[in-house]
Amino acid sequence: MDQIENVLEVKGLSVRYEDRSLFGKKTSFQALTDVSFEVRRGEILGLVGESGCGKSTLSKAILGMLDRATVTGEIRHFTPRPQMVFQDPFGSLNPAKTVGWILEEPLRVYGKYDAEERRRRVLDMLERVGLERSQADQRPGQLSGGQRQRVSIAAALIRRPRFIIADEPVSALDVTIQAQILDLLWDLRRELDLSYLFISHDLNVVYSICDRVMVMEKGRIIEQGAVDEVYDQPQHAYTKKLLNAVQF
Amino acid sequence: MIDTKDRTFRVGAGITAFMLVLILLGALWTPYDPNAMNAAEKMASPSLRHLFGTDNFGRDIFSRVLQGTGSTFLIALCSVGLGLLAGLLIGGLTGFYGGWVDEVLMRLNDSVTAFPSLLLALVLIAVFHSGRYNIILALGIIFIPSFARIVRTEVARQKALDYVANAKLMGVKDMRILFVHIMPNILPVLLSSVAIGFNNAVLAEASMSYLGLGVQPPDASLGRMLSEAQTYLLRAPWYALFVGLAIVLLVLGFGLLSEGLGGDGHA
Repeated sequence: MDQIENVLEVKGLSVRYEDRSLFGKKTSFQALTDVSFEVRRGEILGLVGESGCGKSTLSKAILGMLDRATVTGEIRHFTPRPQMVFQDPFGSLNPAKTVGWILEEPLRVYGKYDAEERRRRVLDMLERVGLERSQADQRPGQLSGGQRQRVSIAAALIRRPRFIIADEPVSALDVTIQAQILDLLWDLRRELDLSYLFISHDLNVVYSICDRVMVMEKGRIIEQGAVDEVYDQPQHAYTKKLLNAVQF
Repeated sequence: MIDTKDRTFRVGAGITAFMLVLILLGALWTPYDPNAMNAAEKMASPSLRHLFGTDNFGRDIFSRVLQGTGSTFLIALCSVGLGLLAGLLIGGLTGFYGGWVDEVLMRLNDSVTAFPSLLLALVLIAVFHSGRYNIILALGIIFIPSFARIVRTEVARQKALDYVANAKLMGVKDMRILFVHIMPNILPVLLSSVAIGFNNAVLAEASMSYLGLGVQPPDASLGRMLSEAQTYLLRAPWYALFVGLAIVLLVLGFGLLSEGLGGDGHA
């Protein structure tokens, strides 16, 4: 594991949603077409594109979370149990449970640690993401948006994955809180030897945190490269349009 | 607005608590044996000796109301519990898995709903025969569809939320997701339905026993007593009055509770 170069390799991935209505009329939608890329160890790979372009479908396909879709192509993981940080910290945390319970659940399911060890790991992780130990007893409803997103990150990291997909992790947050969460993700990468696929529609956020970037339009990756190159010399008209829109 | 709701809840809780105390009292102690007849004191009007008077057999109505309320309450509780349990299971599974299981069970559900509920209860009683436990079974079956539908809708709604996707990603098993992760989130929504269901159960038990299909004589139940009281409405109006009052208080208490709970189920 310590010798690996890539944490993820995707080759020729296509996803097609098909729906058959009651009387057999078939409707289908090509969500992804021939997507190929790799996530290198230790890097933050950005994925940008307008909403509806297939970004979330890609993240779900990578983690095997798609139902009722035809998936073709190759997805190879080189790390065990990759995790995801979701966009909406309100929906991604169970409102009926305490923070401690939420963080402990993956460890309980894993079943290898006793209660004391689980508790130790939970409290340790809370501190690591910048929360108080006492917040283990609070419910998500008692936390701010930024704190909730910290809990989401902690829950994703509790079983020590090496690869994280962050699907719009800061787009539901205020700008100042965004910066704090981005800092946290940045620091955790070094501390825990993480690699990220960082999905965002916000080109400024991607510029501030990512090493490389992919641009997606209508289910295809039309351009990818180092952030500086792509932002300075966009090759594709669509990329130029996106960059102009935020006056980069 | 919030104040009225809060007050409604408190009044409901007060009445319900009062009735629960009476029920508990009736279970532990009654002034007279509820079934003991006394030929010398038939149709006695309310007095200090007999707080609510006596009935046509000289039985103490206060003792019988205490016992009858308890028996009606227990039947209502058990039938709602039965309906809720089955509803949670059916609604939970259909809401969670969807697909053809959902279609089949929900259409079955619809067909049960399509029958007038009291008529269906009568049919079930005709099949099972009358009696305390059979009426629990019959009423319980009647309550399944409404609970199943509410649970199904809520589970389907919760299932689409990211915390469920997250739990799946973390390797949590389906049944654990459904019963440990999702269920606690739909209980607040269910609470007011349970209170309403309980009310319906009290009234349904009263109607069934009134028709002679529920609790059998000489045991007391509110409906059973109401039907007896009807015969002597002119000679002993207090009989129907006190029995009716017990039914009204039982239903009113839970009605206000459910109204007070209603709408603030979501956190």
